[in-house]
Amino acid sequence: SDSKVMTCAAVWRMPKELESGSHESPDDSSSNTQTLELLCHLDNTAHGNMACVMWEPMGDGKKIVSLADNNILLWDLQESSAKAVLSSSAALEGKGQLKFTSGRWSPHHNCTQIATANDTTVRGWDTRSMRQIYCIENAHGQLVRDLDFNPNKQYYLASCGDDCKVKFWDTRNVTEPVKTLEEHSHWVWNVRYNHSHDQLILTGSSDSRVILSNMVSISSEPFGHMVDDDELSDQEDQHQEEK
Amino acid sequence: MAEMEAAAGSGAGGSPEDGTGSTGSGWRRPHGPLQRYYGPSAAEAAPDPADINGPHFDPEVFLTKVRSECPLGQLLAREAALGREIRALDSDMQTLLYENYNKFISATDTIRKMKVDFRRMEAEMDDLAANMAAISTSSARVSAALQDRHRRGAQLAGTGGSWGGLGSLVEVPGRLRRWAAPGAEPARALRCHARARAVLRHYRHLPSFRAIEDESHAIMAELAQRLRARLRDETLDPKELTECVEMLLQLEEPPEELCEEFLSHAGARLEAELAALEAELPTADPSGAAATPPPASDILDFVDRGSSAFVGSLCLLAASYRSLFEGRPGAGDGRLEAFAATLTTRYFELLERRLALERGLGDTSLLVRALDRFHRRLRALLELLPAAGAEAGAALVARAARERVDRYLRALQTFFLGCLGDVRQALAAPRPPGKEGPGLPDLLATLASSILGQLKAVLAYVQLFTARDVAFASLPYFKGEFCVAAVREGLVVAFVRWLCRTARGFADGPAERGAPAAPPALLLLLARLCLDYEATTISYILTLTDEQFPPQDTGPAVTPGPALCAEARGAAQRLLDHYVQVQGAAVAQMLRKSVETRDWLGTVEPRNVRAVMKRVVEDITAIDVQVGQLFEEGVRRAQSSDSSRRAFSVYSSSRAPGRYAPSYTPSAPMDTHLLSNIQKLFSERIDIFSPVEFNKVSVLTGIIKISLKTLLECVRLRTLGRFGLQQVQVDGHYLQLYLWRFAADERVVQGLLDEVAASAAHRCLDPVPMEHSVVELICERG
Repeated sequence: SDSKVMTCAAVWRMPKELESGSHESPDDSSSNTQTLELLCHLDNTAHGNMACVMWEPMGDGKKIVSLADNNILLWDLQESSAKAVLSSSAALEGKGQLKFTSGRWSPHHNCTQIATANDTTVRGWDTRSMRQIYCIENAHGQLVRDLDFNPNKQYYLASCGDDCKVKFWDTRNVTEPVKTLEEHSHWVWNVRYNHSHDQLILTGSSDSRVILSNMVSISSEPFGHMVDDDELSDQEDQHQEEK
Repeated sequence: MAEMEAAAGSGAGGSPEDGTGSTGSGWRRPHGPLQRYYGPSAAEAAPDPADINGPHFDPEVFLTKVRSECPLGQLLAREAALGREIRALDSDMQTLLYENYNKFISATDTIRKMKVDFRRMEAEMDDLAANMAAISTSSARVSAALQDRHRRGAQLAGTGGSWGGLGSLVEVPGRLRRWAAPGAEPARALRCHARARAVLRHYRHLPSFRAIEDESHAIMAELAQRLRARLRDETLDPKELTECVEMLLQLEEPPEELCEEFLSHAGARLEAELAALEAELPTADPSGAAATPPPASDILDFVDRGSSAFVGSLCLLAASYRSLFEGRPGAGDGRLEAFAATLTTRYFELLERRLALERGLGDTSLLVRALDRFHRRLRALLELLPAAGAEAGAALVARAARERVDRYLRALQTFFLGCLGDVRQALAAPRPPGKEGPGLPDLLATLASSILGQLKAVLAYVQLFTARDVAFASLPYFKGEFCVAAVREGLVVAFVRWLCRTARGFADGPAERGAPAAPPALLLLLARLCLDYEATTISYILTLTDEQFPPQDTGPAVTPGPALCAEARGAAQRLLDHYVQVQGAAVAQMLRKSVETRDWLGTVEPRNVRAVMKRVVEDITAIDVQVGQLFEEGVRRAQSSDSSRRAFSVYSSSRAPGRYAPSYTPSAPMDTHLLSNIQKLFSERIDIFSPVEFNKVSVLTGIIKISLKTLLECVRLRTLGRFGLQQVQVDGHYLQLYLWRFAADERVVQGLLDEVAASAAHRCLDPVPMEHSVVELICERG
């Protein structure tokens, strides 16, 4: 066996039959019945472990951003995705060993913004200039685990982390969170908006709980245009098998 | 005659037959001469009928006695003697009768003569009466005639007097001129003029008198002019001013105008006094009064001067105004009140500004005395001028008191922060090796006692405001609202609340926003402090306050003690939870770093427990000591007998029976996974960041849970080689060996460590566990 563990990234093609939904990141596990077709590797030998890979949300599937250690790498897929060319990159400099833990590509603003998390800080980047555009220092008391953009409401960003909290931010004013949820009793690993009904937020935590929150007040339809609002309970706890 | 007299005498007695009784001496006395006359024996001896001179003479008895007793010779002698005696008596009687007759005749003559005389006199009397009547009529006539003359005479005499007075009137202008001259005695001139004026007015139809009147009027006008000029003179003192105005009033100058002048003049004086007071105050500096020097004199001095100069003058002014203009038209209608109200308002403003300068705590007794003096003087003024702002004055005092209480609250807060600073310093101070610094209990005791002491001192100071000898303490505000709203709520309750909030702030604030976090020991200390407050201190403080400032029954609602206690308990809980989280996070961070930085694939076969695990155990032991200094032990769940010796590893086939799954094989990782999840369904759920109880065991359990859960989460993200797994096994056993004793329920520790091992096995490329005996050996070696 290898003496070193290295996290890599690659682009795969899913079997035709399954291509109805879009996956956010290439899966590195193979299914038993159908096999994935490897298209190309994202060469990260110079940049360290891959932490996160993101497709351009509204694009034609030609652009990928990946986070490797303290680098943001923007890739162009060429020759029918047979080759990934590093088009631009940026490195996060600072004291100590900085490592990105997570990132999201904003579907707004013509897909020119991404948000990244490293340690307790959330940063926003412009993909055209590869410069930092905002920074939320100490967004969480401890490590920030995940981020997600509101699909219907630009500037709105959700984050979660080891302080058991889920926070909602307006990236135009990052001094205070818009709202904070403290429902989990251990680290919150993931947070996701529902793609169409953005008041629904799903969070997963190592307290063995997945919580679905109905956050109408900070959604794109704060006055409840949906008929079946009442049918959605505020929070649904489901026990899920731990990963 | 003698017998007649005797009969008359006894008749006068009214009761002749009874000789005894109280009136005996009354009738006996007239009989005295008779008895003496008839011989004493007759009265004393039994009536002797034989006594010839006795009243009870009985001739038969006498004769019988004489005849029986006496010899014949003697009888004859007696007969002769009696015969003589009878004749002598007869002749006496005749003589007396004759004399009586003579006297009667002469009396008759005299009466006849008198009759004649009287008749003559009667005629003369009639004459006299007629004469007297004549005299009285003529006298009335004379006096009637004279009356007219007399009246005319008196009239003439009066006219003569007036002529003399009128003559002196001529001198009036001269005198007036002399007295009304500048620097002379205008008062005398006025008196003189007042006397002359009526007369002059009476005779003004006479040209000469009119001239005099005109002249004196001119003089008086001139005088008035001069007096008015004088009135405008700034240097006039109040007494002179009053005199001046009084004279002008006597000159019948229009009172309204005078009133105006009087007030404006007095106003100028009072303004000057206010300005003198104001000069002591630093100029109102809107840019911020940071650099203003401390006031030259203390507040008592200021109030003293203010009240003696300004309030005194105002009182004087009001009194003289009253005496001058009382009852005159156009001078009433609240002009004085308005005037005084304006001035007192300014005075209050000045005083308020001066009070605002009392920034420091200074001497409260001084302030109280100053306010007391102010209040007393003001009350004196209010008796004269009820409209001069009684409410404003009382409100000013109340505000000043309130302000001082607020300042005390701030001082208390500063003091508390200072104490906290000291505690932090003591905690942070580097300790020389081998020498322990002050223990946490000492620090806590010092902190608590100094805060309580300070609070008591402040209450004692504030109590000065309600002291019995302070006049304003009897105001309703100071009896009710001040005690409740200002002191109890505004000072004591606010301080306790603030203390709880501040303590909470250490738990809520800093970790989020990068401010320097409080040292964990401080959190622990504050948690204990808040807990103590909840248990005893709050009720003690409130009782003390209610004793010193008895609340009114009808006063505003007060914050009940239990509400405060709940707040304190909330703060204590929050602090302790935060302490657990901070300490847990510190240990967790250590574990995470150690897991993340290690290459678990390429590691060599474990020979030792990793240093970081020893460090973890050391740290938790230190935390145990720290918490033990302030909190009680707490209860542990009953332990199984073989707790420390129990085998640790999910792979161990020698597990104690009855634990989770009795046996399963390491060669089936899927089964292991499934089984461990099924176990979890039946075991107690572990809340990692759950609130802890106020005891050592609970706190330690919380910290250990956080640490081990972190270890679990980190391990399951790694990929391990065989020796990596074995190292985890060794480390886990070591932790189990040393941590169970701190936890409330060792099964919690056990469960988490089992999960760590299970995760590690799940993430292992070559899951071959170490022999349990070897693990134990390594751990025992240290």
